[in-house]
Order: sequence, then C-alpha cells, then structure tokens
Amino acid sequence: MSDHEYTPKSKVGKWFNDRLPLLTLANHLTDYPTPKNLNYWWTFGGILTFCLITQIVTGLVLAMHYIAHADMAFESVEHIMRDVNYGWLIRYIHANGASMFFLAVYIHIFRSLFYGSYKSPREIIWIIGIIIYLLMMAAAFMGYVLPWGQMSFWGATVITNLFSAIPFVGEGVVTWLWGGYSVDNPTLTRFFTLHYLIPFLILGLVVLHIWALHVPGNNNPVGIDVKKPSKDTVPFHPYIVIKDGFALLMFMIVFAFFVFYAPNILGHADNYIEANPLVTPAHIVPEWYLLPFYAILRSVPDKLLGVVAMLSAILILAVLPWLDTSKIRSAVFRPLYKQFYWILVADVLILGYVGAMPAEGLYLLVARVATTYYFLHFLVILPVLGLKERTIPLPLSITEPVMGGSPNMAMAKKNESKIE
Amino acid sequence: MSDKKPERRDFLFTATYAVGAVGAAAVVWPLVDQMNPDASVKALASTEVDVSSLKPGNTITVLWRGKPVFIRRRTQEEIDVARSVKMEDLIHPEKDEDRAKNPEWLVMLGVCTHLGCVPLNDKGDYDGWFCPCHGSHYDTSGRIRKGPAPWNMEVPKYEFVNANTIKIG
Repeated sequence: MSDHEYTPKSKVGKWFNDRLPLLTLANHLTDYPTPKNLNYWWTFGGILTFCLITQIVTGLVLAMHYIAHADMAFESVEHIMRDVNYGWLIRYIHANGASMFFLAVYIHIFRSLFYGSYKSPREIIWIIGIIIYLLMMAAAFMGYVLPWGQMSFWGATVITNLFSAIPFVGEGVVTWLWGGYSVDNPTLTRFFTLHYLIPFLILGLVVLHIWALHVPGNNNPVGIDVKKPSKDTVPFHPYIVIKDGFALLMFMIVFAFFVFYAPNILGHADNYIEANPLVTPAHIVPEWYLLPFYAILRSVPDKLLGVVAMLSAILILAVLPWLDTSKIRSAVFRPLYKQFYWILVADVLILGYVGAMPAEGLYLLVARVATTYYFLHFLVILPVLGLKERTIPLPLSITEPVMGGSPNMAMAKKNESKIE
Repeated sequence: MSDKKPERRDFLFTATYAVGAVGAAAVVWPLVDQMNPDASVKALASTEVDVSSLKPGNTITVLWRGKPVFIRRRTQEEIDVARSVKMEDLIHPEKDEDRAKNPEWLVMLGVCTHLGCVPLNDKGDYDGWFCPCHGSHYDTSGRIRKGPAPWNMEVPKYEFVNANTIKIG
C-alpha cells in the first residue's frame, strides 16, 4: 500500500504488524503524499467524514429514546425535546447535521466539477461518490419521516408514490413499500430500520472512496499529475491534517450557528403538527437539499416522464466522466468551460429556488427552461466543448505556477522575464 | 474456452450454479414478501358511513384502509355539468354515469392519482377538486382535467345499505 517499506520501531509493534499490518496502514495514511497546492475546497472530504460520524453518534443516541410506532413517534420526539437530558441539543444537531452534510457534499461535488476530479483515472472514486450521494438522499428522506409530523407523512406519501409511475407494476411496488394501502405504521417501522442501516453502508462506501482515492492520489487545482513523492507533494500529516482541521473549525462555527440560533429555520412549521392522513398541507416542499430535483420533477407535465427526468438528473452524473470529452482537468485552463461551469451553478440555484415556489405561471416557465439547460449542459455542451475549446497551455509541474505566482504558464514566463 | 469440449465437470459446475440460484431465490422470496401488506392489514373490514346529514353541495371525508374517501352529495347543476362533458375533452375518459350510479352521490378515493396528496374540495378551474401539491384540477365527477395526474380519482367498491348509509369496501 505504501510507497516505501515500513517497519515499526518497537519490538511489540513489529510483532503485531507482521500479523496484522495495521501500523503499515496508519503509516500510509500519515505519510500519504498530497499535492502541495491543494486549496480550501479540498478540505470538504474531511468535513464530510466529520458530518457522517456526527450523524451516526447523535443518531445512535436518538434511537435510544425514539419509538418507531405511528401512535407514539410524534410524542416520543417531543419527549426527546422536552424531557431527555440534552435531548433538544442532540436532536437539533442531528436535524441540522443533515443539512450541513448536504451543504458540504454539494461543495465537494462542485469542487470536483470545477477541477475535473471525476476524470481519468478517478472515475471509480466519482461513481462511488454518486452512490454515497444517492444513499444520503435516501437516508435523509427516511429520517425526515420518523418524527411523524404532517410534512413527514405527506413527504413520505409523495416520494413513495413516485414509484407508482413505473408502468404495470408501479401500484404493486408502492403497496409493497408501504406494507399496506397507505403510508402507515408498517411504513414507519421499515423506514426506521433502513434509516439506521444506511449510514453504515455509507461508512463502508467512504472507505472504498478513500481507498480508490489513495491509488492515483489527489487531483489538485492545476489538474496535472504529480510525481510522488517529490517536491510537488507534502505528507498528509501534519500539513493536510492541520489545514483540514482549521477548515473544520470554520465549518463548525456555521454548524453551531444553526444549532443554537436558528435550529428550525431549515425545517417546516407543519412538521410540528402530528401526521393526519385526511389533510394535506397547503404547500408540500421537500427539504432544501432536494429542491432542484423536485423542480425538475414538477417541470414535466407527465407523471412518468417527470419521475424519469428527476432520476436522470442524478444518474447523469454517474456517466459524467465519459460525457466530458476534454482531457484537461482543471477549469483554470478551460476558459469556456469555466463560464459554462458558473452558468450551471446558477442554473442549479435557480432550480432550487423555483422548486420551493408554487408550480405555476412564471415559476413553472423558469423551471422548464432551467431543467432543459441542466440536461443541455451535460448532454450537449460538455461533449462538444471538449472537442472545440481552445485551452490554455498547462504548466510542466504544479511547482512551476506556485513558484511563478500564477497557475498559467504564459503568465509565469512573463513574471520570470520581469525578474530578469 | 469455446473450442474446449464440455466435460463431466462442466456439467457439474452448471448444475451446482443452477441449484444454488434456485435455493437463493427460495430464501430471498420470504424476505421480500414480508414487506407486503400483512394479514391484519388485509383483514381491515369495510366502513359504513351515515350520510343522512349531508345537504346538497356538501362533502364529507372518511377514512377507509388508511386512505381518505370523499362522499359528495352533488347539486343538480354539478351533475348537469359533469354529464354534459364530451368524452374527447377528457384525459382519462370515463362517463359520469359510470362513476356515480346514483347521480346525486359521488363516492371516490380522495387521493390524487399523481403522487397521492388529498385534493381540496370546491377548488380548481373545473369547480371540483384541486390538488395543492402539484396542481392537478379535477371536475365535479372527480375526473382529471388539467395537471400532471394521469387518471381520474378512483371510485372504490361501495353500496347503499339503506337510504342513509353507504358501505365502502
């Protein structure tokens, strides 16, 4: 695993390591050569690991007090909030932690999109990441159902009904998911079970994600290969550990702001009303992190095609490494791609905004235009751009632009001539 | 591989895989089927509803098998509108005569066929029902007229036990 042979210094360490090479693994992780030009957008992997651990720990504690039963779930959540020692804190960390997790994962994904981290030889890392993202959405959705409020109940109804769009077997699949003829107690108990299971599946996939990362090593802002170990790299510990730690601290300030000052701002007031199968809330809106896909669903007037469009919007990411025909990774050297990248960011934000608005009039029109553009970006713009775009020449190594003060070779050369 | 003649051992491998696959499927099925509605859910009896208090133009909502059922006593005007619609104007063509055997009474599942929300009464472009979730409009016969829902609201099995009581299921 490591790039050099490792032998523990102590006799006991050597004895243990010969039988189970855990110390070799630990040594690989600390010495792991990392490009020295990584910027703060690269700290979100560590932040995401923190988010996952936080959700698992707070979730375990909540499961000790929560009761997964349609008649008692709502009250047990109120019991956690009012009676359990620090229950309010743990639940608010868990609920806002989900939002923080998605905030971090979106930054992480858009970092990859900007710097081309999904390209060869890192396709498998990217695809595992997309699977993790899908599992995160499933876990978040099922977790939102557990308090058994109005939004829980109707969110569960709407999302499970998506499967009824499948031709012929759709109704049967939905009945199977519910374990009845509507969302009810059997649905709640199985959602609780799966909500408990998924984070551990994610944990396993995170191990594979990092393993696959450690084969080619990190991409970097310049997007060219590094020679490792060389002047291009620094060991993971202490350099990246300290940088990740500082970024995590900044992130925790934002996290703490939501938990302590605005714990309900990202939720919906309707979810403090107990589930009522006879009344649908006037505005059903998913959590903010699902809004862009919700807007895509609603922008298509046909039920089946709407569901297909929504799923495609996510799954299209899995084939991104083959849709993007450009060999240049970093957007820094792709002047046109850089502009389209920011248009895509705006497009997704617009989709998120209209997803929260009623699906009518101008909002619907905007949603349709933005949905069309979303697919155009991946299916037309990226394949064509890779063939047509005139890119800026790449530097010879990542050390060159660092020393020259500019990531652009032409600029670096100019600086050199100035010095002369 | 292809030019090698199959041997006794190849046959044994194939037979082993086949038996293994059948065994695995036999074990998986109970694990899958346990999620389907259980006996207690299926055994849910029918619901009887007293509708004597309903005046023309009123709707009540009752719960049947966990789902809301609308019972509407329609006005003559609503019946006339519902019965005069041309079949070619409908997304899911169904005659009002088939949906409401007794024209005064419309009984249907109060579940939008799009994604399962409960539509609102006396709302929408066709003065029937309007689903607030994704904007489906239903007419006074509960038929889908506009929006993403693919079908009319479903009419369950029901009967009049006597003049004042409807039995659903």
